[in-house]
Amino acid sequence: MTDTTVTPVSAKPAKSILEIDARTKKRNAAEKRFKAYGIAAICVGLFFLVALLWAIIQNGTPAFTQTYVTLDVELLEEKLDKTGERDIEAIKKVSTFGYKPLIQNALVDATEGMETEIEDKNLAKLLSDSAAAQIRDYVIANPDQIGETVEFTVLASSRVDGYLKGRVTREDLARDKNLSPDHLDLIDQMVEDGSVERIFNWAFITGADASEKRPESAGIGVSMIGSFFMMLVVLILALPIGVAASIYLEEFAPQNRFTDLIEVNISNLAAVPSIVFGILGLAVFIQFAHLPQSAPIVGGLTLTLMTLPTIVISTRASLKAVPPSIRDAALGVGASKMQTVFHHVLPLAMPGILTGTIIGLAQALGETAPLLLIGMVGFIASNYPEGVASGFLDPNSAMPAQIYEWAKRADPAYYERAWGGIIVLLVFLLTMNIIAIILRRRFERRW
Amino acid sequence: MEDLAYMDRQMSTEQDIKISAKNVQVYYADNHAIKDVNVDIADKTVTAFIGPSGCGKSTFLRCINRMNDTIDVCRVEGAIKIDGEDIYDKRVDPVQLRAKVGMVFQKPNPFPKSIYDNVAYGPRIHGLAKNRAELDDIVEKALRRGAIWDEVKDRLDAPGTGLSGGQQQRLCIARAVATEPQVLLMDEPCSALDPIATAQVEELIDELRQNYSVVIVTHSMQQAARVSQKTAFFHLGNLVEYDDTDKIFTNPEDERTESYISGRIG
Repeated sequence: MTDTTVTPVSAKPAKSILEIDARTKKRNAAEKRFKAYGIAAICVGLFFLVALLWAIIQNGTPAFTQTYVTLDVELLEEKLDKTGERDIEAIKKVSTFGYKPLIQNALVDATEGMETEIEDKNLAKLLSDSAAAQIRDYVIANPDQIGETVEFTVLASSRVDGYLKGRVTREDLARDKNLSPDHLDLIDQMVEDGSVERIFNWAFITGADASEKRPESAGIGVSMIGSFFMMLVVLILALPIGVAASIYLEEFAPQNRFTDLIEVNISNLAAVPSIVFGILGLAVFIQFAHLPQSAPIVGGLTLTLMTLPTIVISTRASLKAVPPSIRDAALGVGASKMQTVFHHVLPLAMPGILTGTIIGLAQALGETAPLLLIGMVGFIASNYPEGVASGFLDPNSAMPAQIYEWAKRADPAYYERAWGGIIVLLVFLLTMNIIAIILRRRFERRW
Repeated sequence: MEDLAYMDRQMSTEQDIKISAKNVQVYYADNHAIKDVNVDIADKTVTAFIGPSGCGKSTFLRCINRMNDTIDVCRVEGAIKIDGEDIYDKRVDPVQLRAKVGMVFQKPNPFPKSIYDNVAYGPRIHGLAKNRAELDDIVEKALRRGAIWDEVKDRLDAPGTGLSGGQQQRLCIARAVATEPQVLLMDEPCSALDPIATAQVEELIDELRQNYSVVIVTHSMQQAARVSQKTAFFHLGNLVEYDDTDKIFTNPEDERTESYISGRIG
């Protein structure tokens, strides 16, 4: 009955929603375009990331293998211990120069039956200069082995290593004073023989830097320890100072011109070029406070100055992000301001604080410019620190400084090591980030 | 007529005045938020503050436990006395005051901790329990008063934030009563709750009246009528009318009160 009274729906509405009008089409097109820009931007970013990683891995991985020569060296008594008394002082008097003939003999034995025109005295050019020192150290440690024949695995020279890695060619050696193409022919035969091989180079990760002539024995280990001690100083100083400062500024300080001024200055400090902090460190810590030059403690103090603003800014941001209702709740049950902050606000802000700290530390770890001014760049980190105190106070280098130093050196073997150093640095950073993520997960609370 | 009403008010509040406010002015920087408010709040009564948004009822409520101290630009003048003691006296530590004057907020705000820790926090920091057994007792008593014990007794270690909205608000009430306050302030405690949870909380408020002086700010006039014995109507920072709830809702003195209650302003 009522059906008849209902006005019939017009067969064609004035505007059908089944058809898309021009305006909507335009808006949809704009949205599509924007999405395409976004995807393109991400693709460009990814491309550069892949290119960067590819370049680093391509150039850096050779540094992790090194060519070693296995030799049976006869430790002749008449050369090493003329008296025959095994007096350690007398043995120490024989310099590395005295070991040269032994190595030469060993090489002659090893290449017996191989075709070569190289004179016997030039054979040792196949080996690193460190070979003699290595054998001497062994003899001093084990004087009872004198007179025996001992098998040593010694470093090949950087050019031999470069030849096996494809870096050095016969044409290159035509102009080389040290090595001749004949040496390379001999190396080919020794590789077949099995006495020359490329193995994983732990010494690169754990070892010390070497002089410019011996790239084959240079390692990043000592400067890694330098970086570690610096990070320790930064962590010990910057975290408590930064967090305490931010808690005070965020929760306790009155809002007035003075605190506004401090706030603006902290933001500005975060943007100050790091070399400025370097010269500040030089003036204050070295020239005024007379702390030792090139020491990780000075580097750490300087980097602390640089890291503080980062930590303060991120800590304040995460304190601000804690909902005010939690503060109300705590104050409402009669907690004091400090109890409110330490029992409720700080635990909730912890993940953010940790992230900020790790970002600050990562930044400090990769920083080179301030180290330039306090003498940590260019220092040859050739000795391990003897203990914790000397780790802080003795001159050392840092990983980025070491990489810079290697990249600066003329020998292409060092170029490869610079890339390898970057890989070690990145692994170091990655480890720190993983620790940060684990800590974050631990502290994070669900709402 | 006015004289009579004044007499009446005197009569009804003469017995056990818990909170007495005299000439209270509140300023937020230059903004005069509360203008010359005089009010006497009785013990063991539910007093409702009603009024349109921004009328100052919450501000006045927050003056009673000095929560406004946390706002830098806020300034309070006049005197508010609890049991005859001026709470704005220089010697008063707001922290001590807030243990005596509990507060429940608009949005349920349990700590992101276990239910037990939520309730135990206040007694712990005020040293109300000597040992774990005493603390357990306090927590159980508070949760029972908050009418939530039966629902949570088996999961006291569960996070307080995992409860439903109504349960969270009752947990917050339990947390507030755990410190044995004498006054309980409630700032729109049901505005974030559904009708069923609201009914539960309202029932609870009525029970709490036996032990505390309850002051509740509410936007809902029906709620004020349901739970309170006395009602104060605020408008633009003025206390317009303060009287027995029945009187306010049936026969208000002031024209503005009548307009608000009948829905013409607000």
